[in-house]
Amino acid sequence: MTTSISRRTFLKATGLTIAVSVTPFGFSLMNASAQKEGSFKPNAWFEITPDNIVTTVIGSSEMGQGTHTALSMIIADELEADWKKLRVKQGPASKEFSNPHPTLQPLQITVQSSSVRMFYGPLRKAAAAGRVMLIKAAASTWKVPEEECTAFKGTVTHKKSNRSLTYGQLCLKAAKLDIPKDPPLKKESDFRYIGKPMARLDIPAKVEGTAVYGLDVSVPDMHYAVFARPPAYGAKPVSFDEKSALQVSGVVKVIPAPMGIAVCAKSLDAAWKGRKALNVKWDNGALPQMDNDFIEKTLMEELDKPGSKAMEKGDARKALEGAAKKIKLTYFVPYVAHTLMEPINCTAYVQKDQCDVWAPTQGQTVAQLVAGEVSGLPPDKVKIHTTYLGCGLGRRATPDFVAEAVIASKVTGKPVKVVWTREEDIKADRFRSATCQRVEGGLDGQGQLIGWYHKAVAGSIMKDIAPQEIKDGVDIMSLWGLVDFPISPDENRILYGVPNLYIEFLISGLPVPVDAWRSIQNGPNAFVTECFIDEMAHAAGKDPLQFRLELLKERKGAQRVLQVAAEKAGWGKPLLKGQGRGIAQHHCFGTDVAMVAEIAVNEKDGRVKVNRVVVAVDCGLAVNPDTVEAQIQGGVIIALSTALKEEVRFANGGVKSANFDDYGVLRMSEVPSIEVHIVKGNEMLGGIGEPGVPPTAPAVANAVFNATGARIRRIPLTPERVLAAIKSKKT
Amino acid sequence: MISLNVNGKTYRVDVSDDMPLLWVIRDYLKLTGTKFGCGIGECGACTVHINGKAERSCTIPVKEAQGKKITTIEGLPQNHPVKRAWIQEQVVQCGYCQPGIMMQVAALLSESPKPNAEKIINTMDNVICRCGTHLRIKRGIRTAVQIAGKGGKQS
Repeated sequence: MTTSISRRTFLKATGLTIAVSVTPFGFSLMNASAQKEGSFKPNAWFEITPDNIVTTVIGSSEMGQGTHTALSMIIADELEADWKKLRVKQGPASKEFSNPHPTLQPLQITVQSSSVRMFYGPLRKAAAAGRVMLIKAAASTWKVPEEECTAFKGTVTHKKSNRSLTYGQLCLKAAKLDIPKDPPLKKESDFRYIGKPMARLDIPAKVEGTAVYGLDVSVPDMHYAVFARPPAYGAKPVSFDEKSALQVSGVVKVIPAPMGIAVCAKSLDAAWKGRKALNVKWDNGALPQMDNDFIEKTLMEELDKPGSKAMEKGDARKALEGAAKKIKLTYFVPYVAHTLMEPINCTAYVQKDQCDVWAPTQGQTVAQLVAGEVSGLPPDKVKIHTTYLGCGLGRRATPDFVAEAVIASKVTGKPVKVVWTREEDIKADRFRSATCQRVEGGLDGQGQLIGWYHKAVAGSIMKDIAPQEIKDGVDIMSLWGLVDFPISPDENRILYGVPNLYIEFLISGLPVPVDAWRSIQNGPNAFVTECFIDEMAHAAGKDPLQFRLELLKERKGAQRVLQVAAEKAGWGKPLLKGQGRGIAQHHCFGTDVAMVAEIAVNEKDGRVKVNRVVVAVDCGLAVNPDTVEAQIQGGVIIALSTALKEEVRFANGGVKSANFDDYGVLRMSEVPSIEVHIVKGNEMLGGIGEPGVPPTAPAVANAVFNATGARIRRIPLTPERVLAAIKSKKT
Repeated sequence: MISLNVNGKTYRVDVSDDMPLLWVIRDYLKLTGTKFGCGIGECGACTVHINGKAERSCTIPVKEAQGKKITTIEGLPQNHPVKRAWIQEQVVQCGYCQPGIMMQVAALLSESPKPNAEKIINTMDNVICRCGTHLRIKRGIRTAVQIAGKGGKQS
């Protein structure tokens, strides 16, 4: 490699920059500052500059899960950086930030609670390499052995001669060194930041109101676009009044597009007025008779149709035939909406040879691909500027909103911001799928679970985004918590030790679009499995905790969290009349969670009040324990919302729910105390954003049974439904 | 022309009388800390102070806000007990709803400096957070009360 003037300039400008190339086969470290000018310049994971600042560049999206802080903590710790001299920057769309998870390669995508657990290893290696290079630079400056130098809080010190240099002073020299291939890692006992509750780096700007979310993006000469969207699935426009829309002051263009008709204007107000003037008449759509009753009836009918085998162990049918005791139960979970507090939006500017996209996106790679396809530019000409996300829940990994902004900008030639109202955000949402499931269980004479036949009907997430991933009628995305993924290191299957198990699956033919929703289908599926196990325990005449522990003999992680949750909650201690306790556990994204819900049921009006939830979580190492607590509490709260309140209403073949007045979510008075106990037992790191969700609804439903003796196999547990269940039990 | 007093500054904007105050604050005054969440006054993300009271700016036509003293999250002093408490207690997750929630809390505390649990819950039932920061909001309020009690600045 030759040293040119330009390369030196580059070094001066950047200091020491460490980048990492992630491939399906692992990762390799690169000294990005030593890359030849004009050659491939990898994007940095962190850089140290002469002003003595360490800048971490995080490719994962920050949506409140604290990933910018947690990933920076990992770098700072292994680098021995000074936390006070650290800044964090959102990374661009770039290969270097692709998610190392085998099922997500080569996408840069923030999903499946994967950022911390997947980047932990590579980031530590990269930061360790930086530390070694800085020490080497100091040692050679002082002409002393490297072993005599120590790095601490952004400074390398040679104690013997009482000399020290800051990382800022060393970075240019270190940048000229070769990168060590396999730098030694610190001992866990020497961690300074990892494992400590650290204040999040993004909070001060969010408290000041200066943090920029997608909706806050402002570009010179920015226009706005809003879409008139079909009121029913499959509905096509019959007529619309383009002339009247264009007569509204400020409206510049009307664009018929596949997802609706866009009205582009100089202000948002004008765009909305133009959309009203457009007065679109729609036909009745694909299934005008569809409402909630129709949906439930259809899913129940589909449950009787033959499905595909998703997994098989032993002979469940035979085991059930020979069982001493058998039960057969049907469960239903409705569609629920994301209602992210920041409604869906995106800004795009398509120019001759460049397309800029400002988006609150969880999926930079797919956003880049879609923007490239729509704009007609190669993906590498698409720049993705990821803003803060006003919540994500999985919804923002699908790039439909990116396509809308790019279409509007391409046609108008202006930078355009697409804004969805809350009504659009709910009506055009891609919901968490409803599911109908039937489970048959058999016990032998000793009350051992010997057979489990499980049939599930649900919508398919892959149908719209990657239909080639559906194998023999099985969309594995619908079966989280029931069946293992073929190439995933994560365990997704039912972990109870049952010798005979059969899982059958059928993709529902309903036209309702579905998508990932915090924990994907682990939520609905765990509601079924954990309520079912509770009923089996009851049928076996065993305590629900003991029954679970016996079936999880091989699963030390699950046993530990169950025991801790039960002990902290006072499992078995007497409760007042009308009160009940329920327990549930679930493993997903590498993390074991168990919880006990303590509730009270008002037998007069059927109201369920959740008083207390005690959670035990084992995610291996809790990188930022303060975030672990916050994420588990958040997961429990949103799941309580689905357990008690949320259900999308449909009418006339489309969505009837429109806003927070008719789509209720959990509010302050309904939030119980939630204790989070972090258990450190697992070797591997687990995710934390999602695993709080799945055990929550079943723990509450099991507690309702404990309080009332009524089993309710359907959420939400509305007062009417609870009252009806209590009454039917009495008659 | 509409004249508005926001955070102690006077702005003149050329917008229609019926435009919701929220969009004037966001798109014309470029004070984007005030958020759009629902447009019907249900979620509280757009909460600002009008003459010291917490109001939903998404349902107030800009004309009605003329001649009144408007404060947004950007106008709440950096050392305000609520802002300090929100950082101290690490209340925020995605943060989108928090400016509105903090404005709701600031108004609550200026009206009743030591609210009891019932008052807190009744007031905070009117706002929505989807990340599930409710328990930390409660903690944040208690801490803000303490900071204010120790002589922390109240707006």
